[in-house]
Amino acid sequence: MEAAEALQLARAQFGLNIAFHILFPSITIALAWYLVYFRVQYARTGRPEWLHTYKLWTKIFALTFAMGVVTGITMSFQFGTNWPGFMSKVGNIAGPLLAYEVLTAFFLEATFLGVMLFGMNRVPNWAHIGSAVLVAAGTSLSAFWILALNSWMQTPAGHIVADGQIIAGDWMEVIFNPSFPYRFTHMMLASALTATFLISGLSAWRLLKAPGDGGATRTLRSAVLIGAVLAPLQAFVGDLHGLNTLEHQPAKLAAMEAIWQTEKGVPLLLFAIPNQEARRNDYAISIPKGASLILKHDADAEVTGLDKFGPDIPPVAPVFFAFRAMVGVGLCMLALAWFGVWATRGNTAAPRWLLWAYAGFTFSGWVAVICGWLVTEIGRQPWLVSGILRTSDAAGPASGAQLGASLTGYILTYSLMLIAYMVVLTHLAGKGESRDDPRANLVGLAKK
Amino acid sequence: MTLDLPVIFMALMGLAVLLYVVLDGYDLGVGMLLPAANEREQNVMVSSIGPFWDANETWLVLGVGLLLVAFPAANAIVLGALYLPVVAMLIGLMLRGVAFEFRVKAQGWHRELWNWLFWFGSFLATLSQGLMLGYYITGFASGFGYFLFALVVGASLCGGYVLLGATWLIIRTEGELQRKAVSWARWGLLWIALGVALVSIATPLVSETVRLKWFDFPRTLWLMILPLASAAAWLWVWTLTGRMKRGQAAPEWGPFAGTVAIYVLSFLGLAYSLFPYLVIDRITIWQAAAHPAALKVMLIGTLIVLPFIVAYTVLSYWIFRGKAPENLYD
Repeated sequence: MEAAEALQLARAQFGLNIAFHILFPSITIALAWYLVYFRVQYARTGRPEWLHTYKLWTKIFALTFAMGVVTGITMSFQFGTNWPGFMSKVGNIAGPLLAYEVLTAFFLEATFLGVMLFGMNRVPNWAHIGSAVLVAAGTSLSAFWILALNSWMQTPAGHIVADGQIIAGDWMEVIFNPSFPYRFTHMMLASALTATFLISGLSAWRLLKAPGDGGATRTLRSAVLIGAVLAPLQAFVGDLHGLNTLEHQPAKLAAMEAIWQTEKGVPLLLFAIPNQEARRNDYAISIPKGASLILKHDADAEVTGLDKFGPDIPPVAPVFFAFRAMVGVGLCMLALAWFGVWATRGNTAAPRWLLWAYAGFTFSGWVAVICGWLVTEIGRQPWLVSGILRTSDAAGPASGAQLGASLTGYILTYSLMLIAYMVVLTHLAGKGESRDDPRANLVGLAKK
Repeated sequence: MTLDLPVIFMALMGLAVLLYVVLDGYDLGVGMLLPAANEREQNVMVSSIGPFWDANETWLVLGVGLLLVAFPAANAIVLGALYLPVVAMLIGLMLRGVAFEFRVKAQGWHRELWNWLFWFGSFLATLSQGLMLGYYITGFASGFGYFLFALVVGASLCGGYVLLGATWLIIRTEGELQRKAVSWARWGLLWIALGVALVSIATPLVSETVRLKWFDFPRTLWLMILPLASAAAWLWVWTLTGRMKRGQAAPEWGPFAGTVAIYVLSFLGLAYSLFPYLVIDRITIWQAAAHPAALKVMLIGTLIVLPFIVAYTVLSYWIFRGKAPENLYD
């Protein structure tokens, strides 16, 4: 009982950390490329709005990056403290991937971030743009390595057993394992959407405070367009990722759709309350044969249910609901993005209610990312590495009391950080002088 | 020829930890000195470390990363035994890291709060690292006496980082703040002397292995070079800061270089004491090492990438050379 409790605490703590951590990289991975774009536009046109936009978003980037760094350091320790069994079992695969992330990405980002943030007047123009590119390349490279590892844990490939240990047989197969291309693309697009909605949201917030602000109008317009392109692309890639899951992780997929029995012509559930003990759904509302149609493109096709996996099935309800929440938020983002393009067609200024809608969606990407992450990580249970290592076999010796104390410390620290982060972001976006609309300037002066 | 991979990775991990201690040591030290300065000086102090702190902390990730991936068996023992100080250190580093950005953007009492958290985070992280060092060299022995010992090592490391921070500020600042930094440095020097002496006395007392290694004539005579050179470096820094205090000419980089020398020498002494153990008298580097196949893959990557990391780190220090401005965000 004691051990089971400690395992749950270890999971809760690691889950809290990793969920809190991913909020920030999911912004910076794509925002870094936006910064390159703003910086190049300034170099090309010499217009002060671009410089203003670049500087504003550099500040937001620096803050977000710092949050990502400090929570990431925590994770590098928690691999050892919370999951010692993980490294002793698959360390020969996970270790090199993590080491390559640190060596090729972390130092690059961290060092050139300094130059990018503070070096504009100290290095030539090309070197400053180059620093921005290196920071962006570093963040993407970091995502590459960490998703290679995560995908390998989901769909292991390329490993062999030698001297009683699991080692890599073919590194290319390990890195480019079956789910990696889909997961990596899905995550990169998720980051792009998260950053895009953050940009449109904060620009809209700015326009609500200072109507007509030149920089905010411009960034809002670009972000609305980019969101309208990325959202359907993500839906398409997400579908491919789902089909890949069906092929390689059928138990996870069955949990996502709450399919308990293997059968033909499986209905698509719109709503249900999965009942783990009785292994059935309560209060189900469904579209007949819908799941078979979507998953197999054939209304009468057979879909593998959870009954094929014996006791080794994930908790169904969280996976089922998180998946629906992710898709729901994604569809709302898509609807808003397309509606936004339609409402601002022909260069008309966005109406206030649209600005409020975008402002409300500022952190929508976060919700979708966290839900997607819950689907993929809880959906893999009871395995930590599919078919190789169980989560319960990887837990560490830390006692329930130690875990409880540290969990409390983390929760307090993270709450403080998150509140401060969101307050500062809206503050940065809302305040500050407007550059080119004299009316907005007067509003600003009157406030002072 | 066969490579002794665990020895190579031990050396790499040692290098990463030493670089971390010196590099993040000076910026944590500057953080701990914040309350002793006025508002304008605080801005200069923070801007003197602003472009570097992030990359400095990456050496910690590399160090613990190498422990994790190259010596997984030791990682579980070491981090398991140090669970609570590690958590305290991480919380300290988090508060300090985000305070960099928050204190610039906040106003009024918010700014005061983040300044305070900047100091508190730096202090908590350093104290925890000292506690970790204290527990580590006694082989994680438990008992009130050992806790007191670890606490004194923790306090000494705070002094040691203050010394690094103050000597860093001597290079990067001027005028009144630089004069203050000189007197801070002299305080730090006293603490580091206490800390190094304590650790040097404690390790042979606790472990017979260490005692036999150091007290074995005539090898002992050769080994005496380490403490003697440390003492010389200490005296040199004391003399230089003394001259600065009296307004006489002295090279500004001298105290920092001398302090780094003390750290390097102490580190070598500790490394000599412990080798080949990762946990003293319990687990050696060969027992804890990962599979050679994995080590080889990492070694190749390290050998290719490390020169680049060193090159662009040097470049970044060169770009931001000279006296620190009051405001980094122009």
